[in-house]
Amino acid sequence: MDRRKLLMALALGAGLASGTPARAATELHMMWYSDGGEGQVMKDLLAGFEKANPDIKVTLDEVPYKAIQESLPVQLAAGKGPDLARVTNLGGLAQYYLDLRPDLKDAAYFDKNFGPFLAWMRKPGDTTSIPGIMTQLTVTGPFINKTLFDQAKVAVPGPGTTWDQWAKTVKDVADKTKTPYPLAMDRSGHRFMALAMSEGAKLFDDKGNPAVIDDGFKAAAQRIADWHKSGIMPKEIWGAVSGSTYRGANDEFKNGQVVMYFSGSWQIAQFAKTIGTDFDWQAVPEPCGPAACTGMPGGAALVALKTTQHPKEVARLVDYLASEPVLSEFYARSLFIPGHLGLASKGLDYKTDNPLAKAALNVFASDVATLSPVAYKMQGYGHNFIVFNAVISRLGQVVVGEIPLDEAYKRIADDIAQQIAEADKKKN
Amino acid sequence: MAGDRKRGGTGAVADALDGAWTAAMGLTEPPMRALQRAIGAARMPWAFLAPNLAFFGLFVFLPLLIDVWFSLTGGPRLFPSQRPYVGADQYRHLLACGNYLDPSTCDQDRFWRAVRNTAEFTLFQVGAIVVVSLATAIALNRRIVAKGFFRAVFFFPVLLSPVVVALVWKWILQRDGLLNAVLGAAGFGKTLFFVSPGWAMFWAIFVSVWAHMGFYTLILLAGLQAIPADLYEAAEMDRTPPWRAFARITLPLLAPSLLVVAVLALIKAVQIFDEVFVLTGGGPGSATLMVVQYIYETGFSGVVQDFGLAAAASVALGVALFGLTLAQLRLSRGKEGAT
Repeated sequence: MDRRKLLMALALGAGLASGTPARAATELHMMWYSDGGEGQVMKDLLAGFEKANPDIKVTLDEVPYKAIQESLPVQLAAGKGPDLARVTNLGGLAQYYLDLRPDLKDAAYFDKNFGPFLAWMRKPGDTTSIPGIMTQLTVTGPFINKTLFDQAKVAVPGPGTTWDQWAKTVKDVADKTKTPYPLAMDRSGHRFMALAMSEGAKLFDDKGNPAVIDDGFKAAAQRIADWHKSGIMPKEIWGAVSGSTYRGANDEFKNGQVVMYFSGSWQIAQFAKTIGTDFDWQAVPEPCGPAACTGMPGGAALVALKTTQHPKEVARLVDYLASEPVLSEFYARSLFIPGHLGLASKGLDYKTDNPLAKAALNVFASDVATLSPVAYKMQGYGHNFIVFNAVISRLGQVVVGEIPLDEAYKRIADDIAQQIAEADKKKN
Repeated sequence: MAGDRKRGGTGAVADALDGAWTAAMGLTEPPMRALQRAIGAARMPWAFLAPNLAFFGLFVFLPLLIDVWFSLTGGPRLFPSQRPYVGADQYRHLLACGNYLDPSTCDQDRFWRAVRNTAEFTLFQVGAIVVVSLATAIALNRRIVAKGFFRAVFFFPVLLSPVVVALVWKWILQRDGLLNAVLGAAGFGKTLFFVSPGWAMFWAIFVSVWAHMGFYTLILLAGLQAIPADLYEAAEMDRTPPWRAFARITLPLLAPSLLVVAVLALIKAVQIFDEVFVLTGGGPGSATLMVVQYIYETGFSGVVQDFGLAAAASVALGVALFGLTLAQLRLSRGKEGAT
């Protein structure tokens, strides 16, 4: 009897031992924000990675975008941070990125497919490091509420339409349909730059230093002030908050309160999901100015961070996520413009049956080729967020009548110079 | 009988607990005697204060010293050892101004706008808190129906998180919020409260008073109840008008409580951040930007975390609060001397 019990206990123990899944030796933390449903797509892809790599467990720490912009830099400055993070201030955090080149299986694959975007993630003077991969390439541009145009019996302007013509048209549509916001633009210096470059802003001097205030910039700033004064742009977006606080008008657009919304390609997935059949919306070509018809490129990258204790495992994960089948699934399901040259040239089969979303993706993808060279230069500039924030902070004050435009120009130049000097200040 | 048994049982438990307590205290006696022998009876108070002093030093004085050090350094690095010493540059930068009453003449115009906004907010918010809390306390001190219910109603907002308070009011006040719906139904047009500097400051003050007045009402209610009723009876017998009784009895005897309310509200108002930040975001423009929000934005939410400038601003705020506390101490001592 006792012997039988002993045998049963041994068998049970052996069974339990064999049935226990192998414990992952390494746990990686990935800080992640989402614009739409890409967090869920990433979770699915990570499950595939963990299945193929049972010794690594990846925890996706989903946080609001504000945490990426405000908390992550402080964590990194303190030497504490995740193993990887999805960031948009690509050059601004470059000092904290880990160069994965030594640990990647095929670094040439990264150079070939992410080359121009890797330059956005590097410190000045660095031409070789591979800090991560682009999770999306973005392009700023306008969306319109097509149903409102139909109701107002106003034809949608075609390619080549100027900003001024668009402003006049959307005001007309808003008046006829009693829509509160004719034109809304995200409260962001990045979005404003598209208008500024179209009006002729050069943004840099001959030596490559930021020289933001010129006639083109002033023409754009004057338009922003005038449009807010005349009610074409609502003060609730640019005027209702302070400093460099970001404010989008995506909720207002989804609620049918905006005729034209200048934002960018990253909004497509959420519009496809939330607007549904409530109204017809579409992306339209970039509005033009005397100098160009351009948006601003941008994007988000998944970068490896120096704070990791597991660089080899991080490199294995990035190798997996950067591979064509995995990354094409990520872009196709998230409805993102690919930040991978190979996939961009092959084209993607976007996983949506929403014709409006597919059409919008095509419009933004075709905009990529027409972006101004100045736009690429600004996107690749390491202190670009300093410029964007100085611009939005001061123009926000102009919009509510707190300071005149002339003072704003002076303050923008001073803010940029002072913050760059502070950022570059080091202990001797 | 049953009651006696119950009392007897309770007494036994109390005796047992008392015994256990005495025994536990007895255990501390030998080490305390040894300590007294070692350091002397005169130094024993320091031994009792030591744990609290250590806690205070670690979490108050040390951060204060680090803050002062940060204000004398520059650059975006977080660790003090990596930060270059810049002397008083941050203070010079913060305080450089052509005319302090005109922020646009200052190097750090947003800081001076924040100072001006905080002064304006403090003046009106503290004034409103004192008047409204006093009026409410007097009303709640009278014989009214459902007195307990009304006291709870006025105190309830104090229990809410400032963020919840601000979000609730934000939903009420936004373009398509409750207040605009009511105004619309009454035939008025929509008012965009958060894009008008005047309205934004008004609502920031109103919401803050609404959220905090319950606490101050409670202090004044306690003060009112401490005034002897026979003083009012004597005044009534002398046919003193109510306003005169208020001016000659209530106000003088309530003065210490009013001073406490004014000083507490003043210090809290100077430190205002969360409610206004959530309600208006400091806007429109910088119309409701307060000093603490300026410190937060300069140190933490900018692209370049300017810890040095933020630390200098926080030291300046600390000096202002220290001055206010000293004034409070002097005032309250003056009152004690007078009474």
